[in-house]
Amino acid sequence: MEIKLCAEPFDPWAQIQSYQHSAQDMAGKFGATNVFIGTMRDFNEGDDVQGMTLEHYPGMTEKQLEKIVAEAAQQWPVIDALVVHRVGDILPNEPIVVVAVWTSHRGDAFDACRYIMEALKSRAPFWKKELLKSQAERWLLKNTDGYL
Amino acid sequence: MPIKVRYFASLKESVGRSEDDLEFSGLATVADVWRRANPDKVMSSNILAAVNMDYVELNAAVKDGDEVAFFPPVTGG
Repeated sequence: MEIKLCAEPFDPWAQIQSYQHSAQDMAGKFGATNVFIGTMRDFNEGDDVQGMTLEHYPGMTEKQLEKIVAEAAQQWPVIDALVVHRVGDILPNEPIVVVAVWTSHRGDAFDACRYIMEALKSRAPFWKKELLKSQAERWLLKNTDGYL
Repeated sequence: MPIKVRYFASLKESVGRSEDDLEFSGLATVADVWRRANPDKVMSSNILAAVNMDYVELNAAVKDGDEVAFFPPVTGG
């Protein structure tokens, strides 16, 4: 399992490929890989957005992400998992988050990946501040429930 | 050792600082920590709290040397 916070833009596909390549012990064991990638939009709540700053709580963010991945691994037979999340200044079209889960069978991969992503949205301490095209800044107030 | 209090995101802006150090004496719960650090500011009902980087309720106990954090709902992902 790996949790990573990145202060620079990253290629989500390269991250997944590199991690899977390095995790030799799961070679031949997994039959399903489920991937979620969240990418920054250039619009939100009816406004044009030109950038965003992602604040986090160093230490607690990693601790909560580790806890969330461990919870998923208790509920589903997860062989391995990777979570990568951006912090700092972000531009539209840059990836914000990657969750990849490897399991033997697809149902567990879908479910565990979804669980990790939804728990991250509600419990991992990150906060987004948007810079609008109008130059106004605003904090996002809360995340929506992805199951609704 | 004092209690370290930390604030994040919009709450950090509204209290005007990122952290406080408080003497432990007289503090029993997370709510006490808030009241001591921010005597003139009522805590908004959506504020979340953590002790030593784990989420807690406001009536959770604190001990000397703890790190207590207050922050608004999270918006990552």
